[in-house]
Amino acid sequence: MAKTELVRIKVNGRDREAPAEPRLLLVHFIRDLLQLTGTHIGCDTSNCGACTVILDGKTVKSCTMFAVQADGAEILTIEGVASKEGKFHPLQEGFKEEHGLQCGFCTPGMILSSYALLKENPRPSEDEIRWGISGNLCRCTGYKNIVKAVQYAANKMAQGA
Amino acid sequence: MIPPAFEYLRPKTIPEAIALLEQHGDEAKIISGGQSLIPMMKLRLARPGFLVDINRIPNLDYVKEEDGFLKIGALAREADLHKSELIKSKYPILRDTVAVIADPQVRNLATLAGNLAHGDPANDHPATMLALGASIVATGPHGERVVPVAEFFLSLFSTALEPNEVLTELRIPIPPDGSGGAYVKVERKVSDFATAAVAAQLTLDSSGTVTYAGIGVTNVGPKPLKAKPAEEFLIGKKPDDTTFTHAAQLASEDCEPSADLRGPAEYKRGLVKELTRRALALAAQRAGSKESK
Repeated sequence: MAKTELVRIKVNGRDREAPAEPRLLLVHFIRDLLQLTGTHIGCDTSNCGACTVILDGKTVKSCTMFAVQADGAEILTIEGVASKEGKFHPLQEGFKEEHGLQCGFCTPGMILSSYALLKENPRPSEDEIRWGISGNLCRCTGYKNIVKAVQYAANKMAQGA
Repeated sequence: MIPPAFEYLRPKTIPEAIALLEQHGDEAKIISGGQSLIPMMKLRLARPGFLVDINRIPNLDYVKEEDGFLKIGALAREADLHKSELIKSKYPILRDTVAVIADPQVRNLATLAGNLAHGDPANDHPATMLALGASIVATGPHGERVVPVAEFFLSLFSTALEPNEVLTELRIPIPPDGSGGAYVKVERKVSDFATAAVAAQLTLDSSGTVTYAGIGVTNVGPKPLKAKPAEEFLIGKKPDDTTFTHAAQLASEDCEPSADLRGPAEYKRGLVKELTRRALALAAQRAGSKESK
């Protein structure tokens, strides 16, 4: 086995570290070493976006990045989206209320892409929402209810502000 | 899919990166965005023994106009280019191109320099850089050399970059007043490679005559195509539909598409003709309009 390197990452506000072989993908680091299995592996070929996480404020596909590259970064995964007390984020609430999921496999990635979109653009149009989630595939609900879920969250967040 | 094992190297400066390339020769590969390289490593289409990660080298992510050129550093991400006000206002052809590359997550990491250095004729930037008459800066052990993009692509996945050189910068001549460009792509779905795509850049003088024409075509041959006969035909002409239709015909005769899942060769040839016509028409419209040239 190739020599390992200690990778330090702040995940969902918590400092974590683990040794990683250079070829270890970030998604495996998150799922297997940090035991955060909310980040899913879908296609494993950079197409589906199920493995999307937010790294230093930007969405990335964690199946297409090496864990060693993320050393020193801050990462948000689906486990860190709800409040510490376990209260749903408006996006999570929106996906529940608007039936934005069926099997739920794409949902963590969908929520993180939408999360990044709303940070940058708090009142997106339908087209902008579709553009924002264009790197995430859903194979069961279609996208209509997902778009509604993001709109639900945008409205709710606007009221809260 | 787990990529094959490699040794990971993280230089802090360009000279350090070059020294590592010198040391490891053909076995080393630069990684910037990694959005093409990592999928290829998973498929064992690439098996570098050493990965030289340039992402931690500071001050390489610039997008600026200087000395008559738009200069783009090796680490400027596609997403940075898409957000850049300068690109939005003065380089619509580049904005068009960035907008149809892959998807938001990939654009957050992928770089324009990597898109070129990869040497894939299916990538989108090469055609646009051909249309703009851009050059790349290759930095090696003996300093910098400037290579026109028209001479950069040698064949499939093969470029003029030496194994001990880093593509450090891209230089686009600042288009004069009266210039406009467009990139028009047909893809089956978001993040697919182009079935075909055409980049067109025009400059019109005060009488509305074409004084510069650049046309690049994506994914219709072993390397990105510069449609020279069409470009030459356009010089001195008025930008009207008859002229553009003829130029489009010349571009479609110039390309060498092959049949694949995206369609038969004749379909792609027809597509190049129509996309060339549309790209030229949009370029001319932008060249004439003060708001978005």
